[in-house]
Amino acid sequence: MTTQLAERPAPSGTAAPRGRRKPRREGLSTVLIHLELAVVAAIVIFPLLWVVGASLSPGDGLGEVSPFPSEATIAHYADLFTETSYGRWYLNSLYVAVFNMAGSVVLAAICGYVFSRVKFKGRKAGLLSILILQMFPAFLAAIAVYMLFLNFGLLDSLTGLALVSIAGALPYNIWLMKGYTDNLPASLDEAAAIDGAGRLTIFARIILPLMRPMLTFVAITQFTLPWMDFILPRLVLQSADKQTVALGLFNMISSEYANSYTTFAAGAVVLALPITVLYIVLQRYLVTGAAAGAEKG
Amino acid sequence: MSNAPSGRLPALVPGLASALVWGAGQLINRQAGKAAFYFAFFAGLVGWEIASGNYYAGMDYTPRSNGGFFVKGLWGLFTLGTQSRQMTLTGLSEGDNSVTLLASGLIALLVLALLAIIWIWGVRDAAGYRAALNAGGPRESSATYYKRLWDNAFAYIMLSPGLVLVVFMSVLPVLFVILVAFTNYNRDHLPPKNLVDWVGFDNFGAILSGSAWTDTFLGVLAWTFVFALVTTVASYALGFFQAVLLANKKVRFPRVWRSIFLLPWAVPAIVSALVFRSMFNGQFGPVSQWLVDVGLTDDRIYWFTDASNPNLARTVVLLINLWLTFPFFMALVGGVLTNIDASYYEAARMDGASAFQQLRHITLPVVHKTVAPLLILSFVSSFNNFGVVYFLTEGGPDNADYRFAGSTDLLVTWLFKLTFETQLYNIGAVMSLFIFLIVGTISVWNLNRSKAIREL
Repeated sequence: MTTQLAERPAPSGTAAPRGRRKPRREGLSTVLIHLELAVVAAIVIFPLLWVVGASLSPGDGLGEVSPFPSEATIAHYADLFTETSYGRWYLNSLYVAVFNMAGSVVLAAICGYVFSRVKFKGRKAGLLSILILQMFPAFLAAIAVYMLFLNFGLLDSLTGLALVSIAGALPYNIWLMKGYTDNLPASLDEAAAIDGAGRLTIFARIILPLMRPMLTFVAITQFTLPWMDFILPRLVLQSADKQTVALGLFNMISSEYANSYTTFAAGAVVLALPITVLYIVLQRYLVTGAAAGAEKG
Repeated sequence: MSNAPSGRLPALVPGLASALVWGAGQLINRQAGKAAFYFAFFAGLVGWEIASGNYYAGMDYTPRSNGGFFVKGLWGLFTLGTQSRQMTLTGLSEGDNSVTLLASGLIALLVLALLAIIWIWGVRDAAGYRAALNAGGPRESSATYYKRLWDNAFAYIMLSPGLVLVVFMSVLPVLFVILVAFTNYNRDHLPPKNLVDWVGFDNFGAILSGSAWTDTFLGVLAWTFVFALVTTVASYALGFFQAVLLANKKVRFPRVWRSIFLLPWAVPAIVSALVFRSMFNGQFGPVSQWLVDVGLTDDRIYWFTDASNPNLARTVVLLINLWLTFPFFMALVGGVLTNIDASYYEAARMDGASAFQQLRHITLPVVHKTVAPLLILSFVSSFNNFGVVYFLTEGGPDNADYRFAGSTDLLVTWLFKLTFETQLYNIGAVMSLFIFLIVGTISVWNLNRSKAIREL
């Protein structure tokens, strides 16, 4: 009862009895809201904290790790580069990621511009086929690509992997860029055309700079995709020195509890950290970009 | 009128000439440059066929031994090879590799289709130009033609790199899968050891005719639908709830909370899923251990491997997937909330609407209008989800009633196993078509409702 008295605000002349109770209810709801937020935050953070703790724990096995190791060690991070081929995998992933990003950005920008601004025969049919292709899930093509590459002896090529990735995402990316370019004012092109600029000049000088926000979205998503992609590299890549980070990590953990759990954790942290920071920093771009894709189709 | 055409030739003549020998019609129309352009493609086609084939004088022609890229390709596409590898006195004979033949035939067909476009274009050009001349139109030099071509064909030239890439890396594989669905290409018919044959609809029959395949297919399909539906609804609901809470003015440091909640979206899913896999490991994982330590359970729980309790594995998979997917919806709804005009709420408050009524009648409809298309997209992408299930459970726990599938296997992970682990390519191809049919139907239905299709 005493606490209730203490919490009661100083009575003011106009306050009705209902008005006096309101602040306490508000205080209670504030506490409840923060309690809920804290619980969800704990559920969200715990697994991530746990893997970081695991990567710093001494010992090797899954049973020995704790989220707050009393004797933290960074030895597993060193092991990653000396005992496993993590460095090799990392470079492979980087190669595919850069290739995939550059190819996707260039092709999506050009094709998006043409579909948005140039009137030509077959445009409608082209856009329809893009829509249909975009529905065809990428992994279905991946399985066919595997059978094809297998029979033609093309397996195990990082460049091949990057080309398949670019082609797989291209219909969606074209659709995205086309929708974005549609919303750029046509008066800009017309003014430049009156000044005698050719279509290539208009594209390079006027449209391309305006496309930058959506191109950034395409660039980030296509750069990060190969780091996380599993099914396509798993099918296309075979030899040990052609593995990507995702494949390497999966093999480390799926070979039934080989005594390298802590090293896996270190590898997972090294893979996750740059991408996580990138996503958090650029969250606005990424969420808007994804929403725009859905609105347009 | 020195440059008038010699006589009034009917337009049909150059058209027919171009149909027989590409560019001949243009030559009759006295357009040498243009004629050379079309003839180059013709020469390329014939040259390619002869150079890649085994043509010589006095040969006893069969497509199998003499045909080049195009003839042998089409022959292979129809027959899938006629001679299997056999033991002879001189050792193992060279047999036909059915799958290579199938794929080369498909490539030959695609190249022919692309060349056919140029052929039709050439015939129409020859006939059309002559018709225009006969009607008294002006002559056109090849140089002006090329200039006009660049202007008209700008779009095609710019699109061609993307087109070639998509045709050979997406369209070709898709067509290939469709064809494989009608063959018996599997571990019992593996080229180059054995020949593969066309089997018509046998594979479709096998899956739909009430065998163990049917049970597996229907079981996996039902679970896939449940997975996609629950994921979409639950992540939208939780994301909406968190976004509304964060938008509340009483929340201190909303940006900090928001960034924390976004972590599951920002961390690569493969990392999170593999971490959860080890946390829920039955034998060594910390979750089982903790439950035993606290005294809630007597024995360790084998979350993903207990075949007697498949629904436990399914529930945990759904919960973990909710962890992975709610932040995106939270961010999305949060963005919409900041754009809702505050005057709506003021007006509602003046009319005496409670906080819940405001939520129900203002926030929910506005948010729902923006987010609805993404719900379909989310359903489709959950339907096609591979990573979560494969990384967490690899489809387990085992299910004795299923063929090559575990209790948590989704259509896609099952398809992956059929292809990659059990080499039942034909069944995998049929499954691919089924998945495409389902996903395609949903997408088309969604497109018809949206404005995108009308804006084409």
